[in-house]
Amino acid sequence: MKDSVLEAKAVKKNLGSGAGEVQALRGVDLSLRPGELTLLMGPSGSGKTTLLLILGCMLAPSSGEVTVCGSSTGNADKEELAKIRRDHIGFVFQSYHLFPTLTAAQNVQLALDIRGERGPDAMEKSCEALKMVGLDQKTSALPLELSGGEQQRVAIARAIVANPSAILADEPTAALDGSNGHTIMSILASIAHERDSAVLVVTHDPRVLPFADRIVQIEDGRLIDERSGGPKHLRKPRSAAFGG
Amino acid sequence: MSLPLTLALRNLLHDRLRFIATLVGIVFSVVLVLIQMGLFLGFGHMVTTMIDHASADLWVVPKGAKCFEDPSMLDIKLRDRIAASNGVAAVIPLVIGFSDWRLESGEMTPVFIVGADLHDGGLQPWNVIEGNAQALAEGGTVAVDRSYFERLGVTGMGSTAEIRGRRVKVSAITDGIRSFTTTPYVFVDLKNARTYTGTPADRASNLLLRLTTGADREQVLKTVRAQAGDNAEVLTADEFRSRSRSFWLFGTGAGAALFAGALLGVIVGTVIVAQTLYSSTKDHLTEFATLRAMGSAHRYIYNVIIYQALLNALIGFSIASAIGAIVVEMTAKSALPIVITPWLIAGLCALTVVMCVASAIGAIFRVVRIDPATVFMR
Repeated sequence: MKDSVLEAKAVKKNLGSGAGEVQALRGVDLSLRPGELTLLMGPSGSGKTTLLLILGCMLAPSSGEVTVCGSSTGNADKEELAKIRRDHIGFVFQSYHLFPTLTAAQNVQLALDIRGERGPDAMEKSCEALKMVGLDQKTSALPLELSGGEQQRVAIARAIVANPSAILADEPTAALDGSNGHTIMSILASIAHERDSAVLVVTHDPRVLPFADRIVQIEDGRLIDERSGGPKHLRKPRSAAFGG
Repeated sequence: MSLPLTLALRNLLHDRLRFIATLVGIVFSVVLVLIQMGLFLGFGHMVTTMIDHASADLWVVPKGAKCFEDPSMLDIKLRDRIAASNGVAAVIPLVIGFSDWRLESGEMTPVFIVGADLHDGGLQPWNVIEGNAQALAEGGTVAVDRSYFERLGVTGMGSTAEIRGRRVKVSAITDGIRSFTTTPYVFVDLKNARTYTGTPADRASNLLLRLTTGADREQVLKTVRAQAGDNAEVLTADEFRSRSRSFWLFGTGAGAALFAGALLGVIVGTVIVAQTLYSSTKDHLTEFATLRAMGSAHRYIYNVIIYQALLNALIGFSIASAIGAIVVEMTAKSALPIVITPWLIAGLCALTVVMCVASAIGAIFRVVRIDPATVFMR
């Protein structure tokens, strides 16, 4: 078995304080491995997003440990956590969060720019990333000129352009129709398998199940079920997902 | 163009109304400071214009004289004592003072008489556009500036009037010799100046000293100072200029008022830019939070904000400079022209940049508090 890229060990997280304190995570163990697309599923308020934020080094656990590529993030300050994200993790957001005044290529390039990668090489890498998500003809388009699915594909290109070890996607298909949702999940699956990245998709959309290598269920801050995905467990083939 | 700069520029252009409001604030502020400081320089230049155009290496002035227009008088005997000093080529008495000018219509208006011996040429009218200064040697002739024609009831060469009841004729006309006191300068011969100002023959307002070629200026200054006695002071032209400026600009409070106006401009500009930049940053918080979530260092985000501030400064300053140039042109012939020097422009440019970058501090403090996790909540 390959080494974990992201790992949470006995992670607990309390949110709020005093009488309003809530235990959002109650001792979670989860590891994300390269080449695997993991689905994190659960109802609203189950702790999905809290776990994603902790794995994404944006929220510190109340107890337990998070390691990124073998290094613990426990003692890292905000700037060091930002560097860990910059170096190892790509993010895909539900609302895309593209920069409306920048073109598709510039949005992708931004992920390289913050890493200090500039010039023609950065531009070439950005165009390649856009090509990988099928948007090589739309490098100069502004986000407003793109459909929701296309915007999400730009966001994926932005997440993968710097070749991070892990991709964390938060409800990437929630705002998309079936066809676009299928395309997005296909791309995320191919990123996991072809680029050997660890991909975690947080979702409550059952249509994405056919794309999972592993499915993790969370409820009341605990992982209650973990099973392998993949064709043998599917009720429907991938082609049938999203009503295809 | 770098991406942070591109992002900064597009953010500015994206919020056009706010961008215009910011520019208006900067332009208002810079133009206000430019005018105040231009007036300060113009005033400083105007108050020393006579000293600037006098042909003198040293000035002997009454003890404690605050400026060229000071009404104190010197004992003329001092002239002979100083003239005998080594290194002194000429000692030229100058008589100045206020007098009354009666127009042909009978109206009276005050004038400022400037009289020097025409043969010695200590302080003669310059920029003569009609007639010539030597014609003042004839009794009862004067030189006036054309900008005061209406005030003096003069139509041109040969026009007549009365000073202190004596008939005078315009025999030379100058251009651009304006008085900051708004009282017109009237150039006359030394002898006539005494008559028109009521200065006795044994008195003079100042003595202008010319040194011989190769004279040791410091040595002569030392010698003449020793001979000047308790009732007179010997100053270099620079010292006299500086003293005049100090008196008119700071002794009267005029300079402080101009500086206060300039300070007000800086404060208004800083507040406007800070407010608009802060509000722009707030509107783009999700973008900055996204950058932070992607792992951007704080410095990268600061760069975007600073670039926005610098672009505001650059564009605002360019517009303000163009307006400033028009104002300078419009005031060039006025009693108090606004003077803009390369140093003033450079200083204002630096001030605009500092003002805009300082204005970004509030926005930067806001960005420091960004929680990248917020992008997952939206």
